[in-house]
Amino acid sequence: MKIVVASGKGGTGKTMVAVNLAWAVSQSQEIHLIDCDAEEPNVHLFYPGVKDEEPVTVKVPEVDSEKCTLCGACGEFCRYGAISVLTKSVMFQANLCHSCGGCILSCPVDAITEVPRRVGMIIQSQPSPTLTVISGILDEGEIAAPAVIKAAKEAGEWDGVSVLDGPPGTACPVIETMEGANACILVTESTPSGLADLRRAAHLAKAFGIPSGVVINRSDEDDGPTLAFCAEEELPIFLTIPFDREIAAIQNRGAILCSEKEEWEGAFTKLYEDTIAIAGGKL
Amino acid sequence: MKVCITSKGDSPESVPENRFGRTPFFVIYNDETGEVIEAINNASANDASGVGPKVVQMLVSKGVNVVVTGQVGGNANKGLEVAGIPTYAFGEAKTVAEAYAAYKAGTLTRIV
Repeated sequence: MKIVVASGKGGTGKTMVAVNLAWAVSQSQEIHLIDCDAEEPNVHLFYPGVKDEEPVTVKVPEVDSEKCTLCGACGEFCRYGAISVLTKSVMFQANLCHSCGGCILSCPVDAITEVPRRVGMIIQSQPSPTLTVISGILDEGEIAAPAVIKAAKEAGEWDGVSVLDGPPGTACPVIETMEGANACILVTESTPSGLADLRRAAHLAKAFGIPSGVVINRSDEDDGPTLAFCAEEELPIFLTIPFDREIAAIQNRGAILCSEKEEWEGAFTKLYEDTIAIAGGKL
Repeated sequence: MKVCITSKGDSPESVPENRFGRTPFFVIYNDETGEVIEAINNASANDASGVGPKVVQMLVSKGVNVVVTGQVGGNANKGLEVAGIPTYAFGEAKTVAEAYAAYKAGTLTRIV
């Protein structure tokens, strides 16, 4: 069972919701918390301490210049311009390569092989016996976020429930995160941009056929347009978190709301139960 | 020797194009006779990414020895450098023919 926390808009509180949800569940059962926001991973900040590191690699071509006849087939095939056959050599630009392997297939003399190239890492820790935290971290300057997200999901794969802290936006990294998910929690805030991006994220989850519910964060109790949208789209409102100085202060010092405020542990446990219910799962 | 000039159109009277990879046309001169051999319609002009290196490979396959253009991006720059194609900026030239004449006169600034 995979629960994705998404939002469209950045900064709505996805990580806050994912971390608190996982923490609340871990009080009574085992759970995995997977940070899929590989470009700006922050979940691990809530759990300082020793972590296991594992590199994530993608496959890139390596040309054997002894075998290569400079025929140009690989360069003509590559739509990304990553491999180009020039006057006396083949030029490869790793930053343009999408690891599709087409250059290898197009080479008539088998001069190209695949070699691994590091693009990020997976870090893993066990803050408590019931909580496993896995983070996918893309190396700075790299573009292959989906490869790192996929590796993080694979590292966290198990028979039980996983909470996936998703990236903002609605493009490739979010799509990679949502793939195979059973339920989606959409975190929004009652601002015009929060709603505009909620709309996009909700439509993406719908396109995937993933049942979704909404968490309104930093609510000023004036959530009319968001509530109207959710009613129209038949999205249940799972939880409303108020715009509150004390909550902000707890969050700002990197602490977990649920661990400090018992009423919030109850609220996040309820969020978990509601999410499992829309996913059609059993508690 | 073949000299390639990036151009908005397909003739020597066309306005030279500032962009290298996304130029609409490449006008190719034969440096020995001073005549235009061909104007190549740039098939990669509207591709999503990696246009520079793709264009360099195409020019290499056409036997181009020198490029005259406005600016080149990072990926194209590397391609032109590895391919050993000296590249010049056309500067103030108003037409492709003027750019070619300026190249012949040796007044253009080399950029790659």
